Amino acid sequence: MTQTTRLIVGPFNRVEGDLEVTLDIRDGAVAKACVNAPLYRGFEQILRGRPASDALVIAPRICGICSVSQSVAAARALALVCGADMPANGRLASDIILACENAADHLTHFVLFFTPDFARACYAGHSWHAAAQRRFAANEGQSTRALLPARARFLHLMGVLAGKWPHSLALQPGGVTKAIDPAERVRLLAILAEFREALETIVFADSLEAVAALNSVAALDAWTDTAAPDHGDFRLFLHIARDLGLDRMGRGPSVLASSGSFGLFQSGVWDGRLAPFDPAGITEDVAHAWMAGGIAAPFAGLTQPAPDKPDAYSWCKAPRLDGRVIEVGALARQVVDGHPLARALVADTGGGSVQSRVVARLLELARLIPAMEDWVQALRPGEPFCLAPSELVAEGSAIGLVEAARGTLGHWLTARDGRIGGYQIIAPTTWNFSPRDAASMPGALEQALVGTPVQAGETTPIAVQHVVRSFDPCMVCTVH
Amino acid sequence: MSALAADDLGMVKALGRFGIRLLWHPSLSEESGREAIAILDDVVAGRIALDCLCVEGSVLDGPDGTGRFQMLSGTGRAMKDWVAALAVKARHVVAIGSCATFGGLPAGGGNPTGARGLQYAGWDMGGALGKDFRSGSGLPVINISGCAPHPGWVVETLAALSLGDFGPERLDALGRPRAIADHLAHHGCSRNEFYEFKASAVRPSDRGCLMENLGCRATQAPGDCNMRRWNGFGSCTDAGYTCINCTSPGFESPPGPFQETAKVAGIPIGLPLDMPKAWFVALAALSKSATPQRVRTNAHADHVLIPPARRPTKTP
Repeated sequence: MTQTTRLIVGPFNRVEGDLEVTLDIRDGAVAKACVNAPLYRGFEQILRGRPASDALVIAPRICGICSVSQSVAAARALALVCGADMPANGRLASDIILACENAADHLTHFVLFFTPDFARACYAGHSWHAAAQRRFAANEGQSTRALLPARARFLHLMGVLAGKWPHSLALQPGGVTKAIDPAERVRLLAILAEFREALETIVFADSLEAVAALNSVAALDAWTDTAAPDHGDFRLFLHIARDLGLDRMGRGPSVLASSGSFGLFQSGVWDGRLAPFDPAGITEDVAHAWMAGGIAAPFAGLTQPAPDKPDAYSWCKAPRLDGRVIEVGALARQVVDGHPLARALVADTGGGSVQSRVVARLLELARLIPAMEDWVQALRPGEPFCLAPSELVAEGSAIGLVEAARGTLGHWLTARDGRIGGYQIIAPTTWNFSPRDAASMPGALEQALVGTPVQAGETTPIAVQHVVRSFDPCMVCTVH
Repeated sequence: MSALAADDLGMVKALGRFGIRLLWHPSLSEESGREAIAILDDVVAGRIALDCLCVEGSVLDGPDGTGRFQMLSGTGRAMKDWVAALAVKARHVVAIGSCATFGGLPAGGGNPTGARGLQYAGWDMGGALGKDFRSGSGLPVINISGCAPHPGWVVETLAALSLGDFGPERLDALGRPRAIADHLAHHGCSRNEFYEFKASAVRPSDRGCLMENLGCRATQAPGDCNMRRWNGFGSCTDAGYTCINCTSPGFESPPGPFQETAKVAGIPIGLPLDMPKAWFVALAALSKSATPQRVRTNAHADHVLIPPARRPTKTP
């Protein structure tokens, strides 16, 4: 008889926030996974009763790495309840700030969180291990040492446009508080040019446009083989992925969703066919969360801890779209948008994989920077960057939706008399790392982990770490 | 996360220049799971000497004093207990960010999770480690407050500690490094001319001073925020938004909206630190009556409408 053993894995390093995974292992692979977010933070409770505009101060502080995304979601919800409109410059500047965070987060994930695992001693003996150690080793790798400064200098965009990152108040319902003058516009272009050069030299060893144009699995394979395996970090990753079969590892749910972003990436739900993304179909289920209540739409949702609830195992609620488990993130965005390579990678496996999630993030990075260059060019110094809402007595309900680096983020705001009556947040990792729901349907990561190989004697299985990190989880947002 | 961009180098490299090695960092280290727990166990057992324990985030006491709102993954043990066990082994204990120093935002709105700082809960010394806690060096918890703190504050404070001559006289009354806290966020603000003439912004993106209407607390907020640059170029007030005094205890619970100035009879409640009210009122009235047209006009625009006058310098 095959024996089932249980493994509790955590803490996960190089994951933003606290995460614990309980694995049942049978025949050398994960048979069942339960994902636990072991931290509860209470932001939704803290927001209630505050003046509505305080959401712009409080919500971004949920997270030090998705801070701008939280700002944008709050500003969008507020704009809807205050009837604020945004001038063209305000929209462009907001988009550049958000794209900067998305792009920096994608690079951070690749360099700091994801690739250092390939430099681990457990991979000694693989043909690529020496190159991985040289380039990817935590803190010491050549790429890490070159790309961290490049990332820091890229974030100078935030210094110019948003004062600082994280936790800016520059993003307002009516635009941005910082008007860009002609000299600053030049500075922004210089920062982008420098970042483009770092990406094209170190990460891609090719032009951003060439990477963005890869349009099929065959094209990706051919590109991988056109140069030496360590010619660029992306290529080295693709060689490693091929050797380790990362395209077959971590298969996620077959439904992917995106609320669309920048007017550049369209919104929708992909399950082999594209359908509209309608937030009215979103509910949160707390059957296995340490929360009181039942299944509720976010506007009717409450956040009330119930720490002793039986059958619960996470502080994370289980959001569902029309009752279905969805995966969100860069892969979902690119698939929904119809990028041919992203579509092909998902069609190949029937859902996301460790490889396709990483590829999509880098693909998106290659698509974002040229778009940001265009947006900076389009800024018109001298024209308004912010319009004040005529009345700031917020009244009514609205959803602020945004695509954070890690996927769809929503703020459900109910304002009464200028104060916050209700505030419910569904973060990308709430979707991806949700616990089971009332129908015992596992969340996206819980599904993706099933079948992941576990070697004898492993206490923190390396393949499990790849699958977990491939989602680029942000646990502090998850349990806001 | 702000510290990743320290000195445009990354924190590891910035600290490495001072011979500081990170034993374990949740975002940066290779070790995960059992390997990571083994490092923490070794410190608690005294097998590894810990020069400095840095804690980010509030210490959560709830629910009902159990600490279950934050368990350290894979250990079945509350983070508050880990912090206590590690702190007694550390030569220095540094709280990074306003959550770890004073409780911060999680302590606002009725404090649903029982959030506290390491040594302080707001203005009181009722933090998780207690009022009498001293680390191995004899110092209290060193509080690098700020939400988020400037990466330079973190690197420079840790570097200063590594130099070995950091005494209690370098800390202010709330345990903050005086190198930072002896300044006010107002010092070096690029809106200084608007401040001098009380030419005030009314709407977001106006160039004028943010104090009179938009809630700016920079004249009360400890920090050299405007004497150094954030992300290479910026600062809060530089980017047109208000200082919320994030380096101070209780910043998370202002009496009114963050972005509005609380006033009584038209006078801001939060006057510049150390400034007598009567003088402030008198000087404000005087400077308003002397405001040049250029300053008055530009204060209500998002770009310069009237440039400074072009005149040859007078010779005596």
